[in-house]
Amino acid sequence: MSAPAELEIAPTIGAPVARKEDKKLLQGQAQWVDNMEHPGMVFLGVVRSPYAHARIKNVNVDPALAHAGVVAAWSGADIADEWHASLPCAWIPTEDTNAPEHKPIAVDKARYVGDAVAVIAATSRGTAEDAVELVEVDYEELPCVVDAVAALSEDAPLVHDEFGTNRCYTWTLEAGEVDRLFAEAAVTVKERYRQNRLIPNAIEPRAVFVIPVPANGEFTLWSTTQVPHIARVTLSGVTGVPETKLRVIAPDVGGGFGSKLNVYAEEALALAIARRLGRAVKWTETRSEGYVSTIHGRDQIQEIELAATAEGKITAVRTRLTVGMGAYLQLVTPGIPLLGAWLYGGCYDVAGYSFECTGVFTNTVPTDAYRGAGRPEATYAIERAVDALAREIGKDPVEVRRLNFIREFPAPIASGLTIDSGDYDASLDLALEKVGYDDLRGEQRSRRAAGDSKRLGIGLSTYVEMCGLAPSAILGAIRYSAGGWEAATIRCLPAGTAQVLSGATPHGQGHETAWSQIVADRLGYEFDEVEVLHGDTAVIPLGMDTYGSRSLAVGGVALYHAADRIIEKARKIAAHILEVDETAVDYSRGVFHGPGASVTLKEVAFAAWTAHNLPEGLEPGLEATFVYDPPNFSWPSGAHVAIVEIDTETGAVELLRYIAVDDVGTVINPTIVEGQIHGGIAQGVAQALYEDAIYDDDGNLLTSNMLTYLVPSATEFPRWELYRTETPSPTNPLGVKGVGETGAIAAPAAVMNAVVDALSDDGITEITMPATPERIWRALEEVRP
Amino acid sequence: MIPAPFDYEVAESVDHAIALLADREDSKVLAGGHSLLPLLRLRVTRPSVLVDVGRLDELSYVRDAGTSIAIGALTRHHDVATAPLLQEHNPFVSYVAGLVGDPQVRHRGTIGGSLAHGDPAADLPAVLLALDGEIDIAGAAGVRTVASADFFLGVFETAVGPQEIVTEVRVPKLTAEHGWSYLKFRRRSLDWATVGVAAFARRSNGDIGEPAIALVSMGATPLRARASEAAWASGQDPGPFADEGTDPPGDTNGSAEYRKHLVKVLVRRAAEEASRH
Ligand SMILES: Cc1cc2nc3c(=O)[nH]c(=O)nc-3n(C[C@H](O)[C@H](O)[C@H](O)COP(=O)(O)OP(=O)(O)OC[C@H]3O[C@@H](n4cnc5c(N)ncnc54)[C@H](O)[C@@H]3O)c2cc1C
Repeated sequence: MSAPAELEIAPTIGAPVARKEDKKLLQGQAQWVDNMEHPGMVFLGVVRSPYAHARIKNVNVDPALAHAGVVAAWSGADIADEWHASLPCAWIPTEDTNAPEHKPIAVDKARYVGDAVAVIAATSRGTAEDAVELVEVDYEELPCVVDAVAALSEDAPLVHDEFGTNRCYTWTLEAGEVDRLFAEAAVTVKERYRQNRLIPNAIEPRAVFVIPVPANGEFTLWSTTQVPHIARVTLSGVTGVPETKLRVIAPDVGGGFGSKLNVYAEEALALAIARRLGRAVKWTETRSEGYVSTIHGRDQIQEIELAATAEGKITAVRTRLTVGMGAYLQLVTPGIPLLGAWLYGGCYDVAGYSFECTGVFTNTVPTDAYRGAGRPEATYAIERAVDALAREIGKDPVEVRRLNFIREFPAPIASGLTIDSGDYDASLDLALEKVGYDDLRGEQRSRRAAGDSKRLGIGLSTYVEMCGLAPSAILGAIRYSAGGWEAATIRCLPAGTAQVLSGATPHGQGHETAWSQIVADRLGYEFDEVEVLHGDTAVIPLGMDTYGSRSLAVGGVALYHAADRIIEKARKIAAHILEVDETAVDYSRGVFHGPGASVTLKEVAFAAWTAHNLPEGLEPGLEATFVYDPPNFSWPSGAHVAIVEIDTETGAVELLRYIAVDDVGTVINPTIVEGQIHGGIAQGVAQALYEDAIYDDDGNLLTSNMLTYLVPSATEFPRWELYRTETPSPTNPLGVKGVGETGAIAAPAAVMNAVVDALSDDGITEITMPATPERIWRALEEVRP
Repeated sequence: MIPAPFDYEVAESVDHAIALLADREDSKVLAGGHSLLPLLRLRVTRPSVLVDVGRLDELSYVRDAGTSIAIGALTRHHDVATAPLLQEHNPFVSYVAGLVGDPQVRHRGTIGGSLAHGDPAADLPAVLLALDGEIDIAGAAGVRTVASADFFLGVFETAVGPQEIVTEVRVPKLTAEHGWSYLKFRRRSLDWATVGVAAFARRSNGDIGEPAIALVSMGATPLRARASEAAWASGQDPGPFADEGTDPPGDTNGSAEYRKHLVKVLVRRAAEEASRH
């Protein structure tokens, strides 16, 4: 009661506070799964199929067993009785979806290069790798198919014989009188694009480590996962270890980009083998192994048609997707393209909407979530198609965009959802001003007039995306098996610090920092007095984990509401201490003010802990949990502009400038937001210009390591020029949207529109991603007189 | 990945290294390790013993050798790139050493390793070939000198025998009359060249004398582009002839056909630059 009238606390929401996480990462004190040890531990080595499609006639593990240091070795058949269910697929989009059985180790057939066919347990990692080479597998090679479109043809080899087709599912969404709108359209454009297959490349390879307590049938499983909570329930299903006996921990996790939003064969294997051997088990992938065993992303053929008036007002959009699933369905494989299903109209006001997506099995690594998951694909198609429309009617792409922008919010869109808020003109205007659009168009014209062999290209991408996954009822309606809620707990400890339990599980984003900022701001703690715990199912029972730019927009909002609950209870205690009625107590930032006296929330927390003098009937302790289920997605948007220069002699593209204006709603920490956008743009540019997972016709991954799969580095990029506009989301009290994926969503379209813009005077209207020098050279050769 | 098992010996002198190499079949020299270790990890190479010459400091130097500059085989790319003697007398070699890989690679990789490895996609071998440099190779029978024109025999195949080591490389001193250019076309800054062109000539009164053009990634070894050199010497554009006698690989960085196109553009540009420089 001797408390000062106001605590002195820096404004913490919106401040560019340095990340709490970084010191330990920079000083090498992070806890990585691969660094963990336990007496008696064994290492797994996985024997993988060198064939894209082969019958497994015989597996002889005896030579491996005879090798010194090998503890055990199993074929798929030897270990099959460990499995109580297939590896999980949590999103079966239609009732008639073909969902194959998926054992952690193949038994009869290998279906892609990298498919696991046997496993070794050995006393060292090197020994395990040596023994992998000794396993003799007798394969009967079968014809394979790697291309999704080819896989749909009548005579294509079948990936799964039992379905009689390679079609996995077809999913449709129709709204408005699309056929009539097309029939009546003054102008139509039809485009076909390829979404290259991408390899996620998190900096930390995948690893899993399991310690069993055989006497109790208990297991602790550490995994490089984005989804420890989902892993626990699904691994329990796969292995039959009860959820109560399985604790899953995601310690420090070095990136994921969606690749660790999955439940993998090796996690199930490590758990089952720990059970069999009663010993600790570790597995860590090598980079090349990861390229053929960790999910890939994208792999779509997109056909998009626009119907428009002569002026360029778009009336209807029709989209047809053919999507490579790979050989099996991983956790969300078939649902990924559907996360973009509502967005093929972009940020434009269209009346007619038709979407159809067909998922197809091929003899390749399964695809699944990769940064943006469905939304980069949608953004790419509509943004490229709008440029095609502008070319068709001879207008500037800026003008066509302005003619079509959605301007009233909340905005119900033709595909059936409602965009929360936005101001697309504001972002575009700012981007054009910063880039100097008119001057650039002038330079472009004068270069052309002078016959300069280096062409200038300017590309726009005005995007809107939906993230913050998601309202549980909507997820249920589209047949996703889990909810979209998130949980947060705040625990005010007796001595003036607070603990946060976050159901959202970071893997590099900076939750500890942002969550601390929110709690500091709302409850009056110093930033460093807040400790954020995450990623351990024994410590944080409730969680839906981290993906789809959902952590802040769902988990952060849960935290906000948990703080409300803390304040609500603390107010009762404060009123009791101040001996006034609750209604006479004002709260602001950590202090309860009564008439003439005040008490801090920290003092209240102490009083709640001692419980010597609490209001009648109130429970001791000051702790609150809130589980938040969002009423809507959140809808970040923005305008990105790429400027490229193309050397028409060599075909080389140089990205000269990149300007991004993003509206991600309220910003909690601008430095973290910028970091997310930096990385996102880099990955988007990588898709447009560098990265491509290439299979040959026999199903061999040609880009099988970092020498041939071209992950670009900072030296390949200009300095990103970042700006923001801000329209807070009205659906949550923080006003936050999401920022984890925007860069990767917007950038491919901006860059490719710039590439095509540079070449359009030569008569080129399409270059397949990635725009390699050779592809551009060939396109120019074709049009050269 | 983890290499297959091997033994490891540290050489304490050149003679010791040669003795160690002779000791066992399938032995291999380890210098900077930046070509050898990736191959070991991919289990493409499985030597029974590695003879580490990386601590032979006596092979790490850049010295004035009269008409030439001598570079010890263990000199790291970074040291070649920054050596004052080279910057003064042969900035061509320093410049190209500075384009190899990235800073980490340049601080580990050695000029001797780069030559002995015999990778047709490597940068320094082509420069050496354009400059008519010399390579000293030490073996049980002593030291022999091999001209760069006779050194490169095939993909990963050079004049260095299994029980020999490269000890020194010599490049000529250049004068103000010499013009040079190195154009390295690559997708990412740390990549090997899709195609590289080293062009070198003596210029006097606008004429080009002793032109030399060497190509990277256009065949099994670094190649001299003889037809282009002749064209350049006679005042013609050497570009159109640059693919003559080449047999480039096709891979995910570019088809053979594209490389044959690219080399023409790069040779023209390199010759223009060397003529001006
Ligand atoms: C990421 C990366 C990027 C790279 N980029 C480029 C590039 O752009 N351009 C380029 O040219 N190179 C590049 N390199 C290769 C690099 O230059 C290597 O370091 C070099 O080619 C080999 O030198 P080293 O000292 O590392 O040799 P090591 O790897 O130690 O050995 C290579 C081979 O040469 C033999 N050897 C080595 N030294 C001797 C010797 N003194 N006598 C006899 N035999 C010997 C070894 O036995 C082995 O067979 C790159 C490497 C990496 C890892």
